[in-house]
Amino acid sequence: MINIIKKPLLQLKNISKVYPSVVANDQINLVIEPGEIHAVLGENGAGKSTLMKMIYGVSQPTVGDIFWQGKQVSIPNPATARKMGIGMVFQHFALFETLTVVENVALALEASEFNLSVLANKIEEVSERYGLPINPYQSVHSLSVGERQRVEIVRCLLQDPKLLIMDEPTSVLTPQAVQTLFKTLRKLSSEGCAILYISHKLDEIQTLCHSAMVLRHGKVTGHANPQQETASSLAQMMIGQALPEVKKAQKTFTEVRLSVDGLTTKSASQFETALSNINLKVHGGEIVGIAGVSGNGQNELVKYISGELTGSSQANNVVIMDTPVDGKNCAQRRELGLVFVPEERLGRGAVPVLDLKYNALLTGYSKNMLTGGAIKWIKPKKLQEFTDSCIEDNDVRCGGRDAIAKSLSGGNLQKFIVGRELALSPKVVLVSQPTWGVDVGAASFIRQELIDLASTGAAVLVISEEIEELFEICDTLYVISEGQLSPATAATDTTVSEIGLWMAGMWPDGPATLATNDNTAAQAQGV
Amino acid sequence: MSTELILSLTSLLAIGLGYAIPLIFASMGELVVEKSGVLNLGVEGMMIVGAVTAFSVTVDTGSVWLGLLAGGIAGTLISVIFAVLAIHLLTRQVPTGLALTIFGLGLSGYLGKDLVGKTVPDSIVYPVPILKEIPILGDSLFTQTLPGYLAIIIGLVVVYVLAKTRIGLIVRAVGESPEVAHSIGFSVRKTRYAATLFGGLMAGLGGGYIALIQQKFWVENMTAGIGWIALILVVFSSWKPFRLILGAIFFGIISGLSFYMQAKNYPINPNLLNSMPFIASMVVLCITSANSKRSSANAPASLGQSYHS
Repeated sequence: MINIIKKPLLQLKNISKVYPSVVANDQINLVIEPGEIHAVLGENGAGKSTLMKMIYGVSQPTVGDIFWQGKQVSIPNPATARKMGIGMVFQHFALFETLTVVENVALALEASEFNLSVLANKIEEVSERYGLPINPYQSVHSLSVGERQRVEIVRCLLQDPKLLIMDEPTSVLTPQAVQTLFKTLRKLSSEGCAILYISHKLDEIQTLCHSAMVLRHGKVTGHANPQQETASSLAQMMIGQALPEVKKAQKTFTEVRLSVDGLTTKSASQFETALSNINLKVHGGEIVGIAGVSGNGQNELVKYISGELTGSSQANNVVIMDTPVDGKNCAQRRELGLVFVPEERLGRGAVPVLDLKYNALLTGYSKNMLTGGAIKWIKPKKLQEFTDSCIEDNDVRCGGRDAIAKSLSGGNLQKFIVGRELALSPKVVLVSQPTWGVDVGAASFIRQELIDLASTGAAVLVISEEIEELFEICDTLYVISEGQLSPATAATDTTVSEIGLWMAGMWPDGPATLATNDNTAAQAQGV
Repeated sequence: MSTELILSLTSLLAIGLGYAIPLIFASMGELVVEKSGVLNLGVEGMMIVGAVTAFSVTVDTGSVWLGLLAGGIAGTLISVIFAVLAIHLLTRQVPTGLALTIFGLGLSGYLGKDLVGKTVPDSIVYPVPILKEIPILGDSLFTQTLPGYLAIIIGLVVVYVLAKTRIGLIVRAVGESPEVAHSIGFSVRKTRYAATLFGGLMAGLGGGYIALIQQKFWVENMTAGIGWIALILVVFSSWKPFRLILGAIFFGIISGLSFYMQAKNYPINPNLLNSMPFIASMVVLCITSANSKRSSANAPASLGQSYHS
């Protein structure tokens, strides 16, 4: 019998995944042809990751059938998926920090292929062929996020995948790195490898993908050819309504409220970045953004401003509201009018096992929630009022003030934490990754909150990896790279691609620029 | 160097290495356990049960090897209790390990009631030809009983397996990040079970060595804190296996020193001398944790955390 109709590579028929409290995927149908780049579009919590986990064998569908090259299959675990030819690059990389690149790759391969030196050569070969340079003997913890992603991709490629799943691959990359990644993906696709591309970034899907499936609340809300759709029509399918636009207010800057002057630190361990001569100023009414690929010193800078780390090389180089805060702890800095939203919501922004009202108390106590005297009793009524208003004003979907923090979805908890901090009528706001892992609707809500707050006179410092976000809300931009901070630039005077170059350290006198100059000088001298 | 000094050094090293052998057994086992992310504080309990089992089997059969084997099996069985509780039922590892030690001490006291005062035969010492002629080191390093050599060989094998083989890599990977290991397709539970049982086996062998080769007669609470020192050693060595072997020898010599000074009638209170290994551990822990970030940088990242897949 001659089979004229080509069989699809992967076909999902009526796949559903039901968890005790929620239907994560409801009757999903999907067809992928060899060499196709297929987008799966949806907000956080739309069920994209659940679906991918079932294809990669991490979990099993409650009902429904999976067909691989025309044959019905069950995929009980990731090892089976890899044997079939399915590779996956995770959003939060599945790499072991303390092991080397080659060791990480070896762990994903068959036991019979365990020969580290042979493998290292293969890694170099593949990484060269696809333009993904990596050193196989480097420890993963010393790699940048972009390099880690290359390790993940190379690890998949070594297993000759027929289908590669990419989960939000560009969320941590510079714009230039995104272009390189797209080149690699197009090359793979031309060689017949299908790619499932999960994202919520509409422009990327439009430039890269051949077809798209849109998910909302676990259901397919549409199939589309992304090149024929507009960003707003895709957004419509994704969130069920038009994307709210963030409105900028007219700006007048007042006095300097937060300044960092020549902050230089030593790194205490291999996992920390040393800061070198950081200078920045934030005025009242101004929103200042710091762009940069994660792991370039943002964490350390944030901690030196928030008070989690103190004692740098010089005294008094962080000044909040004209008060040098060297040696002051977090609470003392908050008394000066600082509020802080850290990037980790659970564990740093909120105590996971405490309910929302006690999480509100943690930083909101100054809002008349405690009695005076030596024993500061909690005033339960005030606490409840404050918590309820945080929940209502910010449209936090949760089980009320008694819900524990970790029961909330990421976006809702972030709205609660931001709401709690902004309700303290702050003079200086420090926010790290305000919309990391937050759905589109909640993200624009949070951005609008920050803009509104700045227009009432607060100084706002935002650290973010999302360049578009920074351009959307900031007046002034800095870029951090290898522990050094670029000069300030007005957001209107620069472009995304310039900031992208700066993120690689290439501003005038930036770390990468100096290194290049050194090399050129060395070559000129014939060294 | 005077002949007398050389003789003293030689005998000190020889005594020290004797004390180091059970430490190598127990701490090498615990190192593997901790590398997989499990913190089993029950080493002392597993050792003492290994000791009492080994002693009673050797008393009955007259065979040191059978006794040692039985000790190893007993240690493994005790570690199964820990594994089921902490890895399967996800109890907290620290209290579970402490309970295991208390249980082991009680059980050995009960089982050892009838053994008090009994003795086992001396084990034969096998000097390695040629190597034993090396001055100072020869008489200590290469003049051991067969189980002593076994400890050194197992120690070196563990060093190699952890660093160079796939199975060692899997153990380290599971301890580093169980979530990632699971998502790549390794069974965190099986790996941790295997590591924990290996730790039990080694602790049992260590206990058996103390009972059969070092002491040769039964007293209650015979391991006397060696299990705790083995735990400290793992931290002290920053989870680096080769450093662990050297550390065990260092602690062995300190233990040997107190014994040696008592034998030589130095005018120091014997209680003070007996507490030297513990004083030394405190000093060493203070030194190694002075820079807490550096000393913990090498610790398995998931150490002591339950993992529910």
